[in-house]
Amino acid sequence: MALTYEEVVAKYEPSLGLEVHVELNTQTKMFCGCATEFGAAPNTQTCPVCLGMPGALPVVNEKAIESTIRIGLALNCAITPKSRFARKNYFYPDMPKNFQISQYDEPICTNGYLDVEVETDEGSKTFRIEIERVHMEEDTGKSLHVGGATGRIHGAEYSLLDYNRAGIPLVEIVTKVVSGTGKYAPEVAKAYVKELRDILRSLGVSDVKMEQGSLRCDANVSLAPIGSGKLGTRSETKNVNSLRSVERAVRGEMIRHAGLLDKGERVIQETRHFQEDTGATRSGRSKEQAEDYRYFPEPDLTPVAPDAPWIEQLRSDLPEKPSVRRARLQEQWQVPDKEMAAMVNAGAVDLVEETVALGADPTKARGWWLGEISRLANEAEVELNAAGISPKDVARIVELIGAGELTDKLARQVVASVIAGEGDPDSVIAIKGIKVVSDESSLIAAIEKAIAAQPETAEKVRNGHLPAAGALIGAVMKETKGQADAARVRELLLGLLGQA
Amino acid sequence: MARISRDEVARIAALARITLREEELGDLAGQIDVILDAVAVVQEAAGADVPAMSHPLEITNVTRPDVIVPSLTPDEALSGAPASEESRFRVPQILGEEA
Amino acid sequence: MSDLIKKSASELAALIARKEVSSREVTQAHLDQISQTDSLIHAFLHVDSEGALTQAEMADKNQNSTKSPLHGVPLALKDVLAQKGIPTTCGSKILEGWRPPYDATVVTKLKDAGVVILGKTNMDEFAMGSSTENSAYGPTRNPWDTDRIPGGSGGGSAAALAAFQAPLAIGTDTGGSIRQPAAVTGTVGVKPTYGGVSRYGLVAFSSSLDQAGPCARTVLDTALLHQVIAGHDPKDATSINAPVPDVVAAAQRADVTGMKIGVVKELSGEGYEKGVAERFAESLAILESQGAEIIEVSCPNFTFALGAYYLIAPSEASSNLARFDAMRYGLRIGDDGTKSAEEVMSLTRDAGFGDEVKRRIILGTYALSAGYYDAFYGSAQKVRTLITRDFAAAYSKVDVLVSPTTPTVAFKIGEKSNDPVAMYLSDVATIPVNLAGVASMSLPAGLSDGLPVGFQIIAPAMKDDRLYLVGGALERELSAKWNGPLTHQIPDLVLR
Repeated sequence: MALTYEEVVAKYEPSLGLEVHVELNTQTKMFCGCATEFGAAPNTQTCPVCLGMPGALPVVNEKAIESTIRIGLALNCAITPKSRFARKNYFYPDMPKNFQISQYDEPICTNGYLDVEVETDEGSKTFRIEIERVHMEEDTGKSLHVGGATGRIHGAEYSLLDYNRAGIPLVEIVTKVVSGTGKYAPEVAKAYVKELRDILRSLGVSDVKMEQGSLRCDANVSLAPIGSGKLGTRSETKNVNSLRSVERAVRGEMIRHAGLLDKGERVIQETRHFQEDTGATRSGRSKEQAEDYRYFPEPDLTPVAPDAPWIEQLRSDLPEKPSVRRARLQEQWQVPDKEMAAMVNAGAVDLVEETVALGADPTKARGWWLGEISRLANEAEVELNAAGISPKDVARIVELIGAGELTDKLARQVVASVIAGEGDPDSVIAIKGIKVVSDESSLIAAIEKAIAAQPETAEKVRNGHLPAAGALIGAVMKETKGQADAARVRELLLGLLGQA
Repeated sequence: MARISRDEVARIAALARITLREEELGDLAGQIDVILDAVAVVQEAAGADVPAMSHPLEITNVTRPDVIVPSLTPDEALSGAPASEESRFRVPQILGEEA
Repeated sequence: MSDLIKKSASELAALIARKEVSSREVTQAHLDQISQTDSLIHAFLHVDSEGALTQAEMADKNQNSTKSPLHGVPLALKDVLAQKGIPTTCGSKILEGWRPPYDATVVTKLKDAGVVILGKTNMDEFAMGSSTENSAYGPTRNPWDTDRIPGGSGGGSAAALAAFQAPLAIGTDTGGSIRQPAAVTGTVGVKPTYGGVSRYGLVAFSSSLDQAGPCARTVLDTALLHQVIAGHDPKDATSINAPVPDVVAAAQRADVTGMKIGVVKELSGEGYEKGVAERFAESLAILESQGAEIIEVSCPNFTFALGAYYLIAPSEASSNLARFDAMRYGLRIGDDGTKSAEEVMSLTRDAGFGDEVKRRIILGTYALSAGYYDAFYGSAQKVRTLITRDFAAAYSKVDVLVSPTTPTVAFKIGEKSNDPVAMYLSDVATIPVNLAGVASMSLPAGLSDGLPVGFQIIAPAMKDDRLYLVGGALERELSAKWNGPLTHQIPDLVLR
């Protein structure tokens, strides 16, 4: 019987290590002038350099250096005065030179940190994630495995290589070992990746789309008995393609490790692959024997020695940190901590800010995004920003409610229709003829009709049994095709029945 | 005393993706041993305080601007390919996992 | 017009410029010489007759287009440089038939200068060797004595010059591969300052040591070619961003008055043949008589140079040659549908690489591997620093250093091929130069038992012009003595 998560964290302490790879959004590749557009036809963005042809030589992309330094500065890192590239030697068909140009013992940024907030039983808690290093390297080509059942590598007959992606700049961000998270390890991991993603987005250095591969996360997890003071054997989990998967992968690995340790078995140091469908991990390559990459300084490239004034310029030009921005918005909107945290968690802050910028009242904007829209997004299992409705739409809806042209109930219908792809709010309203019935005389007519149709119910209300009014209000709503303001109907009805 | 054994040579050859035949293994081990003897003197030559020099030039910061340069056409890129299919390089079944 | 082939490149260029002869005629004369002699010499792996004649015709049509002093003159190109659409094998089976889709920068510069490329010359496989016996396509023979090696790794280029198949050639030098062949074939070869000539398109052997360089039968020709191919290249991050030293003016001035010339103590003595030592001493005497001061200097760390080189070069090579894996270009063996990519890679590399290449890849992989890095590669890189310091100390006292280029004259084919370490000793005088990245020339000093002896000049980094000052002065005196370049004394080739 598998252990429950609660049982796991009662006995064991997790330690985390997170490696995030970011694909930079530079125009050209790391070491050559080929374009980096996503989705181009195979091998249309290659040249002797990124194909690793005999005699070809790399030259570093100056923009990639700048982006990497900005990332390091945003993460509070020290910028290495003179850093070097190194060759990481291993054979794999998606790596044209059979070595990757990376950085080894002289990375460009070191010793930074990122603070993340996580909701705990004791309220919001800040965890400081220390960052070991940030360095530059190049991406590999893409392989298509042909002939096997699932398109995966096992059982494939042969593979087809497209090198468009080979050489695209990658920045690797590696944390130091993260301890002291206790049972919140999965949330901390997710919050870290999310915060990192937000920072990278605010810097404008990458699309950071996990589903497209421009942000990749490898999660290292190990367990040790609580209070043992030791570090357990770690496993590395790859193929973690969404924030949710980060959380699930860490939780899943903690449970798996605990299961082994409880039985007195050993955790194998290995690479595992996360399975989206089951939330479990599958064994990959064994890392028992550490790969011998035979690193040595890259002789074809010169050291990178950014000058101090330039670094300071980059530092002063950094955009407002997401955490600082959130604090500012929380103050502006006068939102209590717990609610702010809920907004952050739901990924609603940007959306609310944009909605407010378009004129909507902050409280109302929040109400819609965290309420009805969140509900529908969760049902469809998509992120808020992919729900199918924009801040512009929401601002318009809030405007229409304020003008009395929509009731809350009608507005919910409009929201549902916009999300269903039927058009923007105004189009939906026009097509469906949604209109608040505000004309009092037709309301009163409908009310009198309902009273006439349900005399016993009406009598109950006259006698003070107010809940019975519901059935009459329902009838009126039906009669007005839901376009009456239910609150107003109730008011009028009660008035007519002497219960005002 | 041999500095490098047959087994060691076989292990290194695997690391270098070269399948050596039996006869080659024996010969190579012997020859490499002789060379290693000849180069061993290097270990004693420099003290700990001598910096390594990976480059004769002292230049730094050679970069290129982030400007697109025309790529090869797929035909050119694939012109030497032992096998190709639909503008991609065709390679035999890959056993190892992606790194 | 067979005397066309005996002329120097500058003479030919002048004749072409004055329209006394066409580039086409000159090119054809050399192609004829190749057809007549190359079945014996085997300097060329690929002769591009059609292409060369087309280039020559273009040169004739566009006489003033390049403003180049070598316009219309033919040249032999070492097969380690990528020439678009032309087979580039690097002397290896693993690249048999590969036609690059691009030109090396050196090739672009040659084409822009109106130089006519006759074809690709033979070499030790991937530039690893000192005799051209490691070519997968058979050895090249020394025109002075066809039972002997022409040197390596650039034996093809040097032999082509000595056999009058071309007046100009391009070689590459990592540990002596231009200078040692020049020495044993009685021709001139220069390894420019590291970074002086672009390495883009030069198939890498040892990236921090490789340099392409000019080869010819005279010092002036070499200077003219040096000027054409040198210069900054944004596609090579290790290329020097500074003007090329005026090597042509230096070759023309050829004056050593007041120069201090240092004789390196460690590059003489035991192992250096008597004839070699004698020709060297005679050359020193000539330079002294021309106004130079000869000073003995000591570079004690040079004794570690060979060891450091045979760790650094194979290490870098093991990484540079990893790309030859049967996946994207070149040879593929064993792809019968039952084998994995890894197996096909390994089988191909075993079949496609020769013994010396395999030896160096294994050695290099070992030297870089975990646990051995510090003792081997790490230590060797420290020795480089020591050697560079020795050079710097020497240059504080003298303007150039000199030595015999090689300890012996050309040895017989097969004599050292079973003894790698003996073979490596051919480079003992040339290797320190590459480790420090300084500039060096070999030019003929005379004969010993009928075989050429080379005189090596070493200049500080970026001072390549000094090579030509000294080399030009020495050559002037010697050529006067010989009534022309040494190569004019070559016995007639006995064609089999």
